Amino acid sequence: MSKVTNGARRSLIWLASILVAIYGLLAVGALTGNASWTPGLALDLAGGRQIILTPVLEEGATQEIEQSDLEQAVEVIRDRVDASGVAEAEITTQGNNIVVSLPGTPDQATIDLVSQAAQLQFRPVLLVGSPSATTTESTDESSVEPTAEPTASVEGEEVTSSEPTPTPSASEVANVVTGSAATEAEPSASPSPVLLDTATDGSDDESVETTESTTPDIETTDPSSFEWLTADLTAEYQALDCLDVANLAGRPMGDPDTGHVACAQYGLEKLAMGPVELTGDDLETASSGPQVNAAGSFTGDYEVRLQFDSDGADKFGEVTTRLVSLEEPRNQFAIILDGVVISHPTVQVRITNGEASITGAFTQEEAEQLANQLKFGALPLSLEVQSNQQISATLGADQLQKGLIAGAIGILLVAAYSLFQYRALGFVTIASLLIAGATTFGIISLLSWGLGYRLSLAGVAGLIVAIGITADSFIVYFERIRDELREGRSLRSAVDHAWKRARRTILVSDAVSLLAAVTLYLLAVGGVRGFAFTLGLTTVIDVIVVFLFTHPVMVLLARTTFFGDGHRLSGLDPRQLGRDTMYKGRGRVVRSEGPTLAERKAAERKAAAGGETDADADDASAEGTGEKKESAR
Amino acid sequence: MKGSLATWGNRLHSGEKTYPIVAQRKRWFAISGVLMAFSVTILVTLGFNLGIDFTGGSQYVVANVEDVSTAPAEDAVAAVAPGEQPRVTQLGENDIRVQVGFLEPDEQLELTEALADAYGVPTEDISFDQIGPTWGAQVGQAALQGLVIFLLLVFLVITLYFRAWRMAVAAIVALIHDLLFTAGIYALTGFEVTPATVIGFLTILGYSLYDTVVVFDKVRENTANLQTQNRYTYAELANLAVNQTLVRSINTSVVALLPVASILFIGTWLLGAGTLLDIALALFVGMAVGTYSSIFVATPLEVALRGNEKAIKDHTARVLAARESGEADVAVNTDGTVRVGALQPGHHQGVGSQPRRKGRQ
Repeated sequence: MSKVTNGARRSLIWLASILVAIYGLLAVGALTGNASWTPGLALDLAGGRQIILTPVLEEGATQEIEQSDLEQAVEVIRDRVDASGVAEAEITTQGNNIVVSLPGTPDQATIDLVSQAAQLQFRPVLLVGSPSATTTESTDESSVEPTAEPTASVEGEEVTSSEPTPTPSASEVANVVTGSAATEAEPSASPSPVLLDTATDGSDDESVETTESTTPDIETTDPSSFEWLTADLTAEYQALDCLDVANLAGRPMGDPDTGHVACAQYGLEKLAMGPVELTGDDLETASSGPQVNAAGSFTGDYEVRLQFDSDGADKFGEVTTRLVSLEEPRNQFAIILDGVVISHPTVQVRITNGEASITGAFTQEEAEQLANQLKFGALPLSLEVQSNQQISATLGADQLQKGLIAGAIGILLVAAYSLFQYRALGFVTIASLLIAGATTFGIISLLSWGLGYRLSLAGVAGLIVAIGITADSFIVYFERIRDELREGRSLRSAVDHAWKRARRTILVSDAVSLLAAVTLYLLAVGGVRGFAFTLGLTTVIDVIVVFLFTHPVMVLLARTTFFGDGHRLSGLDPRQLGRDTMYKGRGRVVRSEGPTLAERKAAERKAAAGGETDADADDASAEGTGEKKESAR
Repeated sequence: MKGSLATWGNRLHSGEKTYPIVAQRKRWFAISGVLMAFSVTILVTLGFNLGIDFTGGSQYVVANVEDVSTAPAEDAVAAVAPGEQPRVTQLGENDIRVQVGFLEPDEQLELTEALADAYGVPTEDISFDQIGPTWGAQVGQAALQGLVIFLLLVFLVITLYFRAWRMAVAAIVALIHDLLFTAGIYALTGFEVTPATVIGFLTILGYSLYDTVVVFDKVRENTANLQTQNRYTYAELANLAVNQTLVRSINTSVVALLPVASILFIGTWLLGAGTLLDIALALFVGMAVGTYSSIFVATPLEVALRGNEKAIKDHTARVLAARESGEADVAVNTDGTVRVGALQPGHHQGVGSQPRRKGRQ
């Protein structure tokens, strides 16, 4: 057939292939067991707990909360929730907020875990060992005896493969701390650690049971002394299993005035450490970047730079002074964030100016990650619970069911109205709506599989509202076709002309709708997002359906006798549209019986006023309905 | 089909029937102005009835209860948190909603259990919602920020698309008109304002603009060749556009309102207040107002604004002068007004109308 119908067919084939692709992909997902045929439901429909937290800086803090800090907070919460064993938790950021969604009815402990602020501590390292729990007592007992020669036995018994070596080419733990301005070495004084405000630490003493008599005095004991390895701590050190994910996040930070044991990130090692010497409060900020050597050229490695405040600089100076002369691994200090050692670099020089840098075989990402962790730890941050919502599964299911009923009624009403207004054309509307519905459902299911999108109640509302707005574009199109028919075109050319004009209108108005949806999505908080998302998605699908289905179908229908000849029930009957004659092409003109609109009007007016011929004549010509006889060329 | 929308549409299209909406713009401006002033007054004096999402507090919903009386809930609250004044309402058919002030976490759990006991449902069937006092301000601020940025973007898009910033101004004034009016209705009726209502308000933006853009597109089409003809003024052609899109406006509004109305219906009778009902209510009011404004406010305002453009002013003067002198080639209605209708293409008049060579056998 003609080029036009071929184009129309091609569009329909495109649409069919899109649909087949969507559902084929979904089928693959469903059959392999990764996806489900239906979209995942958000908490307000599936039931569960949603907590919205806003990070708030303490008053007087000089720092600002940046996006990376927010992401770091999410990371910390995610690690904690994963460690607590709650499955399918979702933690996301929305604007300045953190939204934590937990399925089911989580207990209070889980909720406390989520809203707790993360803390950063610096402790001197005493022991480093392999991650698994060591239960053999024979050698360990002697090795961790504070009076024993620690390095030898530690190396012999435990630290075989994972013992950190200060060569930068080794694993991530082989980090060293260097000062950017190493001053001449002062004689190392025996440090009396100026300890920090202990009240800032929510110490949980259930894990660190400080043994009564053996606990060394914080005021008098060297923080790097093995005296901190009390019998209890030693036992705890041996029992700690860093291969268990539960120990990799949200562990208690321990009493700052006693020794502590913790796992290194990713569970590669476990460490025993002395009391806290610095906290996040002492750290101003941290950053990462390419390492520059003394000559000012790039070494190709990345480093993490720490910037302490003046108080922190003094303390850090004391720590490095002491550690630099100690043996491996006691010349390292551990940086603990949220109960996990994120780094334990070896001190290479005394650093008194409060500017240190950690170097090692970092990739750019690793350096960035560590810097972000440190920067986050430096923030005097607390998480304020903005909204704490528990939705019962029954209520959610109820809402979903009623929502679907409302949607079904909405579709039926729109279908009925379209049939009433547009007769057979109404079926095109209904078919377009069904196609749009099928596409939307498929895409939402796919998104819920691929991107973890969850349909919320507000999203359902968006979908229902979209029925009407999608149908709007069909109405714009159909009304345009009718306008063109009124101007005397044949249906084929009316469809062509109407499409050219309606297409523009539909595109610009859909662009405005999309603009609204995207703005809402990016800026709004809470449930608004789910709504904006479905509204935006349906707007895009609306354009696809109008272009690939409604218009091609109209092009094809215009060639059928039923529509093309303007059957009374087709909705495109020219006689109903005030056109008594219609140019059929090839010089043929179809006209109906009876007077034309203008003639009828003229007759009425004549009867009423008796001969206002001027106006009538003008009317008739303006109307321009070709009253001439049917003629053939 | 006599008297149907389609026939009415025909008459509007051809200009046989015209509603002088643009010509009577002073009237519509007066009506809208009074309504706006009224809305603002109500907003200032009465204010919104804010939900707990904005005021802060706790809300419990007990689903599927046998007995929908409020007494057990009041007793439960009195037992757990004696100082609180609970607001207990029935939602839909068989849900109970209890609103109280801010509760400590242990009180929260206690009340959950007390309510479960009182209504004989498992604790899993109880939903609660505790909102901090600053959350609502954050939601409101984000919405306001979104609104301002959206308006700026829309101004840009419309200005670029129609190449007339006055159109953008008219569209945005119509938009603000819709928002204010809807807000006024909310303040007057005391409907509760929740974050879902805010969603509804924000959606009105998109919808109202959609409607306005469709009308403006027709105005632009009708006035595309304005300067090459001296029959009709800009105002008349714009008015024709409004009339020609009237049927479409009605159809799209009805079709958009039908699903919203079905949510309203289901929400009111089966579900009770909640996200769905709140969104639907705001949309229903806003869409109805939006249809009104795209016809009666946006286009007349656009004409009033553009009437000041020099090119259009000159053109209008030219058209009126031509009419005065009787040279204008226009149809005049019986009441003496100029009839503005769609320009109709000519037709093949048949071979009989072809000129004949004279004097030829």
